[in-house]
Amino acid sequence: MTKAAILELERAGLEFGSNAVLRDVSLRVPTGETVAIIGESGCGKTVLLKLFVGLMTPTSGTVAFDGQDLGKLSERELILRRLRMGFLFQGSALFDSMSVYDNVAFGPRALKKFTEKEIDERVQARLAEVGLPDGVGRKTPAELSGGMKKRVGLARALALDPDVMLYDEPTTGLDPIMTDVINRLIAEVRRRRPITSVVVTHELRTVRAVADRVVMLYPLRRLQPEEPQVIYDGPADGLEGSSDPRVRHFVAGDSEGLIGE
Amino acid sequence: MASTAIFGRDFNRAIIAVGDWSAFAWHAVSGLHTRRHQPGTLLAVCYSIGVMSVPVIVITGFFIGMVLAVQSYGQYHNLGLDTWIGSMIHQSVIRELGPVLAATMLAGRVGSAMAAEIGTMRVTEQIDALACLGVDPVHYLVVPRLLACMLLIPLLTIVANVAGIIGAALICLTIFGIDPHHYWQHGRDFVDIWDVVLNLVKPVTFGAFIAIISCDRGFNCKGGSEGVGRASTQAFVWSFLAILILDFFLGLAINSIKTRWLDMEMIRLTS
Repeated sequence: MTKAAILELERAGLEFGSNAVLRDVSLRVPTGETVAIIGESGCGKTVLLKLFVGLMTPTSGTVAFDGQDLGKLSERELILRRLRMGFLFQGSALFDSMSVYDNVAFGPRALKKFTEKEIDERVQARLAEVGLPDGVGRKTPAELSGGMKKRVGLARALALDPDVMLYDEPTTGLDPIMTDVINRLIAEVRRRRPITSVVVTHELRTVRAVADRVVMLYPLRRLQPEEPQVIYDGPADGLEGSSDPRVRHFVAGDSEGLIGE
Repeated sequence: MASTAIFGRDFNRAIIAVGDWSAFAWHAVSGLHTRRHQPGTLLAVCYSIGVMSVPVIVITGFFIGMVLAVQSYGQYHNLGLDTWIGSMIHQSVIRELGPVLAATMLAGRVGSAMAAEIGTMRVTEQIDALACLGVDPVHYLVVPRLLACMLLIPLLTIVANVAGIIGAALICLTIFGIDPHHYWQHGRDFVDIWDVVLNLVKPVTFGAFIAIISCDRGFNCKGGSEGVGRASTQAFVWSFLAILILDFFLGLAINSIKTRWLDMEMIRLTS
């Protein structure tokens, strides 16, 4: 029996003026699954993630969360759905005017449902969960390394116990060791809680470490009008043996045919 | 044909931009009474907009008063009207120069800083992060700034007015040796409480427009550090234009209200 989809795109398209980024993309993310979305820069991976969380609205098609079309929700209902999703941004997007502690406490405080003591316990637990040492809470984001920022961003995204985690390029710009640390954290988060994850990345190490399923998008500018934008949808270990040469070139890091574009 | 098409496209864009700005302004203004203000956030913004602006406002006001005294003394002296110079200076400072120059300085100091701060938050996705954490970014970021500008720019205008009057008096009384009694007497006779109160409508309106224009530029910032710089420049230029245009229409409205009030007062006294 097919699992219910917690996130679903139905023939979604997005255009910025005359520049189309997504066209007729359909994608189901079943509850509990970890889906990696891969593809070249500019193919619309991050945009797709922002459609899921309602930060962008599709110009055609629909986006549904837990069976409800986000386009038909009021602002208040949309905010309530967003609180069930955690988002780790590419640059971590930490509030630089606040301490690490206040960043992680921001979501629970904004919700106005917890006492300061409960918030404190939650913040300490999340910081410990992402492996940050005691005392880091007093630091400002400017004092942290790239890897630590990602971990604080993850702690902040997990502070409200989301049902879905959306990761936007979680390992971009990190050294191989820190990349491995973040990959392990993503896998650990999933092991500890019943969470659905969508990971946007172009790091194949991350894909192999965390993904149940891989979806590859192709840039619209290189597609014919009738060609689908999703060029691969399957397990991570099937990428190398894909019948589509564009998938094999991406996996092999082969730029043949692209020079001079 | 081509120029008609370009005009049509630009006109279309202008209409869309005005519509977007109006929707943004309404969203922010609606937050003034729906949002529960957090004293900590509001105080921090008030400190940055109000307290930090006092030195620049005092210096601006002081020099406006002194320049006004220096430039006008010769003409008044030639006519033998030295002691009347106070009336002209007080009217000019309270009605025009105080509100407009204080607002212009604040558009440069506060408006550009707000656009740059919010613009940086936009390009580093901090505004998206606020939305993901269940907060309305416009209410969270714009409402405290709007409130602080509407409350503090009038107070800063009063500071500029006082500094301007002191600066002018310093030059007129100590350097030009004008009789202090008549200087202050004439200065007081030509400025009544209505001038002071009605002319505080200007800085409240200027404050609202500076805050909304600057925050809107920050929210619509695109393209990294270059975009932040552009937003900051646009915030100042557009706020400055808004101040000049609003000053003209508010000046007309205030004069009309004052004339009507004086007519009613005259009827009351003669009946």
